[in-house]
Amino acid sequence: MKRKTLRLYLVVISLCLLGIATTLVLNAFDRELVFFFSPSEIVAEQPVPGRIIRLGGLVETGSVTKLGDGATFSFRVTDLKASTTIAYRGVLPDLFREGQGVVVQGAFNESGNFVASEVLAKHDENYLPPEVAKALKASGRWQEGAGTGATPAASPAQGEGTSQ
Amino acid sequence: MITEIGHFALVLALVLAMAQASLPLIGAQHGIRAWMALAKPAAIGQFVFLLVAFTALIHAFVVSDFSVVVVYQHSHSQTPLIYKISAAWGQHEGSLLLWVLILSFFGALVAIFGDNLPPRLKARALAVQAMIGVAFMLFTLFTSNPFARLSPAPLEGQELNPLLQDPGLAFHPPMLYVGYVGFSMAFSFAVAALIEGRVDAAWARWVRPWTLLSWTCLTAGIALGARWAYYELGWGGWWFWDPVENASFMPWLMGTALLHSAIVVEKRDALKAWTLLLALLTFGFSMLGTFLVRSGVITSVHAFAQDPARGLFILAILALAMGGSLTLFAWRAPGMKAGGLFAPVSREGSLMLNNLLLATATATVLLGTLYPLALDLMGGGSVSVGTPYYTATFVPLVMPLIVLAGIGPLMGWKRGDLKGALHRLWAAGFLAIAAMGVALWIDFGQQALAAAGIGIGVWLLTATFLEWTKRISLFRIGLGASLRRAFGLPRAAYGMTLAHAGLAIAIIGITAASAWKSEEIRQMRPNDSITIGSFSYVLQSVAPSRGENYIAERAHFKVLKDGQFYTDLYPERRQYMVQPMPTTEAAIQSHIFGDLYAVIGEGDGKGAWTVRIYEEPLVPWIWSGCLLMVLGGIVSMSDRRYRVGAPSRVSAAQAAPAAGE
Repeated sequence: MKRKTLRLYLVVISLCLLGIATTLVLNAFDRELVFFFSPSEIVAEQPVPGRIIRLGGLVETGSVTKLGDGATFSFRVTDLKASTTIAYRGVLPDLFREGQGVVVQGAFNESGNFVASEVLAKHDENYLPPEVAKALKASGRWQEGAGTGATPAASPAQGEGTSQ
Repeated sequence: MITEIGHFALVLALVLAMAQASLPLIGAQHGIRAWMALAKPAAIGQFVFLLVAFTALIHAFVVSDFSVVVVYQHSHSQTPLIYKISAAWGQHEGSLLLWVLILSFFGALVAIFGDNLPPRLKARALAVQAMIGVAFMLFTLFTSNPFARLSPAPLEGQELNPLLQDPGLAFHPPMLYVGYVGFSMAFSFAVAALIEGRVDAAWARWVRPWTLLSWTCLTAGIALGARWAYYELGWGGWWFWDPVENASFMPWLMGTALLHSAIVVEKRDALKAWTLLLALLTFGFSMLGTFLVRSGVITSVHAFAQDPARGLFILAILALAMGGSLTLFAWRAPGMKAGGLFAPVSREGSLMLNNLLLATATATVLLGTLYPLALDLMGGGSVSVGTPYYTATFVPLVMPLIVLAGIGPLMGWKRGDLKGALHRLWAAGFLAIAAMGVALWIDFGQQALAAAGIGIGVWLLTATFLEWTKRISLFRIGLGASLRRAFGLPRAAYGMTLAHAGLAIAIIGITAASAWKSEEIRQMRPNDSITIGSFSYVLQSVAPSRGENYIAERAHFKVLKDGQFYTDLYPERRQYMVQPMPTTEAAIQSHIFGDLYAVIGEGDGKGAWTVRIYEEPLVPWIWSGCLLMVLGGIVSMSDRRYRVGAPSRVSAAQAAPAAGE
């Protein structure tokens, strides 16, 4: 085995791996990226049914209801301009509150209802997810430190958790 | 007063580190012995002063001195003592102090135990270590001073986030930091070697124990964190592919690669430049992790308080350290003497392939972690990358790696016998295929990937066992002789066997837990029952209970297995008094093939509660697998090769005086 041959093997193997990895990554980006929407954006352009997305905003006050089976919830997420109704079966995170920021992950079904598979709320009452803050700013109804009482303040500690 | 002493000690440590970062380096360049010798007392002194500083901070927490800002923000007089102490590193400022303390701890260890190192290498490595120390101590003092005071002092504090009030989490950050800060030592040694322009087997032997120690602690730290998420967040998940988790996982992957390539340098004097590059990159990933966690650039479930100034500072340190060391690498590495040759099919070849696969897998994780950030910066909108991405990229790249881990150890150095190795492993192949078949049959061929995962786990476990029987020549030289061999094997060999077996068991656990977890969510009243698999859960009662600083609703479930009493479960829903947030305490009962997992949610005020029950197959295997890996690391570290007689480079240095200077 000459040094040159060894190097050739190495280069070929590395290139193969690089090629495989690139293919995998591009494919995955194509199918698995989860885009973030605000309720106004949903109104403007409804995402394809079945495609997993994230949707964020404030939980509209007075919109949370429990459906018949006692474990399915329905609530509206709003950016103070438009709102979307969410159905979620499961236990809501401990810090899920009306008027607080929330991000849900899920997809629209064929009949145009949003079914969430995950509800994420930070475990800190003062926290507003940055995407939500941005969406609210974009809707022009919210300024830093005003209104909802939810400012993107420094969170007190490491390790806040998601709930699902 | 004690707080000011701590503050002062931190400044003194910084000054010492500055001296340690410069004088020994110049001394090594010009052969000034006294200047080189300065590194040792400076490194020890730096550690002692930082220890004083950290002790002062813990003292402030223990006595609840609310005039100190971080104590006010993260502690409360009613917090149990253990959480007052762990609050000292449960926030950004204090954890950063712990970070630099551990950094200096590694420096001090090398200073004390490194007497058999060549003086130049030691002086240079310690100087580089001190440079990192200077950067991070400046960062601590200027952007995140844990000793800042409040005036007037508040009467009461705001308490540690209740989620962090947990014994597992008290030890998770220190372990994690020992892990990824420990890679700084490999980095410092690599930079020192690049300055010298020389790497040899002895170098690898000095670097390996430090890498091994860091890797072991990082493994333990990640496992503790995953376990904490599993029982504390209350929905039975243990890994989210969250950016912050990735931040600790990437150094782990690179560290694993480094651990393996250092073997090749040690045994065969090959892959030298590559190993140096890995050492630089591994610590680079550690710093990237620090940046991601502390800068607020990512939205994560675990991110610290967020301040752009801090992010910029760490980014500058990262750019300097990586830019500087990689430039040095580009300049010096080509000039290094090329190492031994080997055939592609050989132990070296398989370790090389291991490294390439690990590096590629790390790259996909890095992409998944940074892509949303990059897209957002370029105004491309908010996206998130979740588990499906990693299942589609990381998993297929790691699978061949695991198959390889079964074959590699059976290969000879220089030229391996692939046919012979495979011939030896027919039993492993047979069992793996059988396991895959069973897995496919159990879930009616629903999840081919999961079946493959189980098969690969079984393959590695059996192959590891077969490799061990080969080492001791089981059934070929008589049982007595085999036993004698088994006792005579070097501990490093057992370390590998344990770690590989642990990995195999963890993979089986991870696969089963991800693929076949089942859950039931329902509203329950007392005497209602839920049945999952062969277990039924009967809700007996929900009663109020009280802890030291919280009140709780405590449910009592009776669990029946096939109609017979099996166990009692007591999940809680806690409400902490100071920070008014409810937290869930899951009740978990483990058995060999999985966990019973019960969570109680909110009551409807009319005598019914929302209840979640999970069946978590093989989750205990994940923890035992990680434990075995940690054990493997410890056993390997205790190998006498690393303690005694690490044949010093003296003889080599005499043969080639002042080579590479």
